[in-house]
Amino acid sequence: MILNATNQTIWLPQQASTIAAEVDSLFYFIFYWVVFFFILVLLVTFYFSWKYKSKKKGLTSSLDHNTTLEITWTIIPLILTLVVFFWGAETYIKMNIIPYGAMEVNVTAQKWSWNFTYKEGFSNPKVLVVPVNKPVKLLMQSQDVLHSFYVPDFRVKMDVIPNRYMMLWFEPTKIGEFDIFCTEYCGKSHSEMLGKVRVLSQSDYERWVEEVNVIDESIPLVEVGKTAYKRYACNTCHSIDGTQETGPSFKGIWGSEVIHEVNDPVNLDENYIRESIFYPQMNIVKGFPNGNMPTFKGLIRDREIEGIIEYIKELK
Amino acid sequence: MREYLEKNYLNQETTIKSWLLTMDHKRIGLMYLFAIMFFFAVGGFFALLIRLELLTPIGGDILDANTYNVFYTLHGAIMVFMFIIPSVPAAMGNLILPVMLGTKDVAFPKLNLASWYIYIIGSCIGIYSIVIGGVDTGWTFYTPYSSSTDTAVMSMTFAVFVIGFSSIFTGINFIVTIHKMRAPGITWFKMPLFVWSLYATALIQILATPVIAVTMLLLIMERSFQIGIFDPAMGGDPVLFQHFFWFYSHPAVYIMILPGMGIISELISTFSKKRIFGYAYIAASSMAIALFGFLVWGHHMFTSESEFAALVFSVLTYLTAIPSGVKIFNWLATLYKGKISFEAPMLYAIIFLLLFAIGGLTGIFLGALSVDIMLHDTYFVVAHFHYVMMGGTVIAFLGGIHYWWPKIWGRMYSEKWARVSAVLIFFGFNLTFIPQFIMGSQGMPRRYWQYDNMLDTDLFQFYHTLSTIGSWVLALAFIIMLIYLVHSIKNGKVAGSNPWGGLTLEWQTPSPMPAHNFLEEPKITHGPYAYDKVEAERTID
Repeated sequence: MILNATNQTIWLPQQASTIAAEVDSLFYFIFYWVVFFFILVLLVTFYFSWKYKSKKKGLTSSLDHNTTLEITWTIIPLILTLVVFFWGAETYIKMNIIPYGAMEVNVTAQKWSWNFTYKEGFSNPKVLVVPVNKPVKLLMQSQDVLHSFYVPDFRVKMDVIPNRYMMLWFEPTKIGEFDIFCTEYCGKSHSEMLGKVRVLSQSDYERWVEEVNVIDESIPLVEVGKTAYKRYACNTCHSIDGTQETGPSFKGIWGSEVIHEVNDPVNLDENYIRESIFYPQMNIVKGFPNGNMPTFKGLIRDREIEGIIEYIKELK
Repeated sequence: MREYLEKNYLNQETTIKSWLLTMDHKRIGLMYLFAIMFFFAVGGFFALLIRLELLTPIGGDILDANTYNVFYTLHGAIMVFMFIIPSVPAAMGNLILPVMLGTKDVAFPKLNLASWYIYIIGSCIGIYSIVIGGVDTGWTFYTPYSSSTDTAVMSMTFAVFVIGFSSIFTGINFIVTIHKMRAPGITWFKMPLFVWSLYATALIQILATPVIAVTMLLLIMERSFQIGIFDPAMGGDPVLFQHFFWFYSHPAVYIMILPGMGIISELISTFSKKRIFGYAYIAASSMAIALFGFLVWGHHMFTSESEFAALVFSVLTYLTAIPSGVKIFNWLATLYKGKISFEAPMLYAIIFLLLFAIGGLTGIFLGALSVDIMLHDTYFVVAHFHYVMMGGTVIAFLGGIHYWWPKIWGRMYSEKWARVSAVLIFFGFNLTFIPQFIMGSQGMPRRYWQYDNMLDTDLFQFYHTLSTIGSWVLALAFIIMLIYLVHSIKNGKVAGSNPWGGLTLEWQTPSPMPAHNFLEEPKITHGPYAYDKVEAERTID
């Protein structure tokens, strides 16, 4: 079949965190019991259907209860489900006790992107970069509606609810890239609110932290802008081909006169773009009265803003 | 013996007014049946389009993102509020319950008619919300998305609010009817199990529906007056909405499944000509499920509520699940030493046993906290509740339709085509939903318009394709069913009073039923399942 990763099975994705094996063992424990009971039901149904199929006339047995049998078939499932409960609860409690000294990353969820802010004072949109074999604690908040952070390969998931912190931890055991899905419906581009966890070796991770803090001056500004446009998920609302989606398209807007819902029209220039990224609610463009856009102040770097300005200039 | 009652409830009076102002529970039941079948078709149409869009990983094959979100919301909202909840109680229950109890009508015939009109008015408001652009919140209306989106949330939630009253009215009517109008000789423990299941359902309808009404009203007020109860931007709490919503919507799961279980008890007993095994257990467990069903709503919120609450709700969920599981054993034991025949209704009963078993057993995965964290809001959940709701309730409902069809119309449908359609439904259903279990446990989230750019895109597409093909098989089966059922109304063979040789009271009156249900007062000489003492003559071969 089309299974990608090495230890992916028909039923479950690859195991890439410390908790995954524990979750999977309970999954398979339930799985085999469920298959056993289902086959039992199937066989009994077919056996009785075959054995007692009859068009003859006559009365049937008055058998309508058997206390021993009824107690047995109540007690056995009860015991099994209680075992499943305690097993599930045990792992669940582990999932909720964050190990002391875990590396902390702040997560901001908004329509329709993930952003990861590190203690070192920088942030990275869409891709959560972490070292392997170290517990990571995510302190998550939402800027707008409900979202949910889900990494199937880590077997972790937590709703992200506005106005409160939600916490989640995991310890990756494999180097590689893993999908992040938003699993709480959040509107139009819910299915595009994807991200990646990139797990690196400790030394690669340290190198990455250094590199991310150094601005590579050799990359042309337009390219920086193009990358930032995708990185900050601008593309989920602003098209570059002229189609008007959740927000106005970027195509051909440079220098044009922008009509607003309330405020006076303004010619679009460098300062207008900067202002729109930092304070999107200040000027609401006519035709987009919802003002869905969150602020990127504190997330986006100056060079990236300059890049976006250059990129928009290019989109004639 | 094979007679068609010439003067019956269908033609006693024939004016349109005699239908629109009827107090006859059978006519009201029939009007409900037509209305809900219409909404079943509409909801099914949306489902087919959703499945078609998911054939490829790229979004926009036939629907854009907004339309997709509106369509899956409408599929859910219509199927839950306008189809499944009224399906068995309001349509089948109205048609059969008073006859089973040997009475002329329900306790409050005018209230009964009012409930149908309220249902129609509510549904029209629902249709209005579709016409003005539809809703894109999911049928769960979670805040703060639902309090901030600019789609027609107000009219759809108002529709749910209104339809709730028709559900409450039906519940009140059934409870009073069961308490006060049973024919002499029908004691509580001589009632058919279908009646018991409707009684338990009616209790939930009355106790739980007001909660959804209040919740919907609060949501409307939140949107209109910004009262700040659910939206965190105004100081509200979105998790509170989830508690309110599931406090109704979990018991509502039992509003949907209990009456279906009631039908299955009737079918299994009649077609195996056997006393039902554990009558008292099944009756009591329906009541227990109705009450304990109120204590497990939190298992829909394992990823948003507190850890302690999750632990409590997990254990309560398992305790509540046991009685449903044991019912399956009871039905199987009823087959033992019976004289089983396999007409279409019995085929549906067998299909129910298998599909409902899968639906129930996969619930064990979701009740286990650690495993649920992984499966929550994936296609595994979608498959699970379709096995319970469609594999359970809808299959039971179809079994009920095929079982009582000759009683309702006095004529039989084509047995051959009924079997073809039942078998197609069985295979089409499994083809649609088994792949969803697998892609769900592999991590495919629900409510996704596209699934491109994922590590497992190819894998997901494989299962999505199977699922979409399955949906076409299901559509074909339902089209066949529509044709042979409609055809049988005028052209079917005359069925006679008791085509299946059943012992409950509805088989002791002619078909179609007379306007007042019985030509002479029914005499209760035996219990509903006394196949060890009495044998009824079958009026068809």
